[in-house]
Amino acid sequence: MKFGVVVFPGSNCDADCYHVIKDVMQRDVDYIWHKETSVEGYDALILPGGFSYGDYLRTGAIARFSPIMPAVVDFAEQGGLVIGICNGFQILLEAGLLPGAMLRNRSLKFICRPVYLKTKRIDTPFSNRLSQDQVIKIPIAHGEGNYFCDAKTLQSLQDNRQIIFTYCNEEGQETPEANPNGSLANIAGICNLIGNVLGMMPHPERCAEEVLGGSDGFYVFDSMITWLKGAMK
Amino acid sequence: MYKANIYVTLKEGVLDPQGEAVKKSLKILDHAQVEEVRIGKFIEVWLTSKDRGSAVKELEEMSDKLLANPVIEDYRVELTEVE
Repeated sequence: MKFGVVVFPGSNCDADCYHVIKDVMQRDVDYIWHKETSVEGYDALILPGGFSYGDYLRTGAIARFSPIMPAVVDFAEQGGLVIGICNGFQILLEAGLLPGAMLRNRSLKFICRPVYLKTKRIDTPFSNRLSQDQVIKIPIAHGEGNYFCDAKTLQSLQDNRQIIFTYCNEEGQETPEANPNGSLANIAGICNLIGNVLGMMPHPERCAEEVLGGSDGFYVFDSMITWLKGAMK
Repeated sequence: MYKANIYVTLKEGVLDPQGEAVKKSLKILDHAQVEEVRIGKFIEVWLTSKDRGSAVKELEEMSDKLLANPVIEDYRVELTEVE
């Protein structure tokens, strides 16, 4: 089982993701430079957080045309596991692997703090080690995480159960106050129709071990490994 | 040679937090008559297309694909011939 962390110019959570997969999850992992054109041999890809291409034009807009991206899109279309975290989520949106777009945070502030998330669905490769409606605490760190899509797209996200994580309070209520950035329907993470591509603004790699003050993020990666183990049988 | 002015604006109904903040500042500056502020992008592109038609076609292609995000933005292209 091998993970690949795609590194764009300006990625800055790549080392954290690599560390979690290698040292915490004890799995094989490589960096994949954005100028590569193949993802052969990998079982899961991570698009890490950061500021690819300095967020020029729009977040993720330029990274989406990196040489590696056709291979990532192909991998995703063939059912490969792809998780985009923060800037990685923004890149997946720009690439059209996930629906919608990101707007500036409602407050215009860059927000860097732990938030509570509600687990909306657990029959996915990214959440099978969590329980239904479980409240987890994971940090966010972004200026543009205000998820937006049109009403029709939101309806289809809801109908097809593509919303995996929402912002909530400690009690699990998805209130407007618990929404840090103004995201539509408190959306923090969504998957594609088939469920093999997840985008989430919060950073599970920043809280996958207790020494960092929380380990809820561990279960996102552990879910991927559990799912891959099942798929490889 | 052609020069294009491309105006990228947020679609109607899409919240513009930047515009809202600037509007508040304008109010503080006593511009009480300001009703709404929307902020977009202005992009200049010079091209060596052989004629107007092919320049427009190319500009639309680049706008659809990269310069604007159709989920949240509209764009408008102005084209002039330059030396």
